[in-house]
Amino acid sequence: MSALEFIDQQVKSNDVVLFMKGTPQFPQCGFSGQVVQILDYLGVPYKGVNVLDSDELRQGIKTYSNWPTIPQLYVKGEFVGGCDIIREMFQAGELQSSLKEKGITLRAPAQA
Amino acid sequence: MAMDAREIERLIKESIPDAEVEIRDLAGDGDHYAATVIAESFRGKSRVQQHQMVYAALKGSMGGALHALALQTATPQGR
Repeated sequence: MSALEFIDQQVKSNDVVLFMKGTPQFPQCGFSGQVVQILDYLGVPYKGVNVLDSDELRQGIKTYSNWPTIPQLYVKGEFVGGCDIIREMFQAGELQSSLKEKGITLRAPAQA
Repeated sequence: MAMDAREIERLIKESIPDAEVEIRDLAGDGDHYAATVIAESFRGKSRVQQHQMVYAALKGSMGGALHALALQTATPQGR
């Protein structure tokens, strides 16, 4: 299976998938870490894919979405954005409503 | 490899002529910038498409010569 096929399979078989540097437990880049924090804060169930696992994956994800940076968040097969967009959407409350619209059930969010 | 803020602004305006560009050098190292780009051309486009237009203007520098550009885009009235 090529890297692009693997990416496509991950995007289509997971409701929420984050391509990132490192893992949700140990992000290896500040931008990836920020998105992990937001998703965890909201209680979004998601799968993390570590692009540092292979060069093909790291380059492939940029080709797949025509997007030059990592992290990249996909919801129900659709590319939602990178760190800046996710943060902006989160701060505006749009990320929460968009996830609900797409039928993603949030776990009990962290208490503020 | 670093990139000059004026060069970033020039590239963006070259490909999005109606863009209002504001760039801040976050760390003073010529490598970590934040840019706000406001353009009428963005109207009707999703955030992802707006960012893609800016990335395209930077002709592959993003993720290469330009390590970190925090990007915020908007249409003029959307401020």
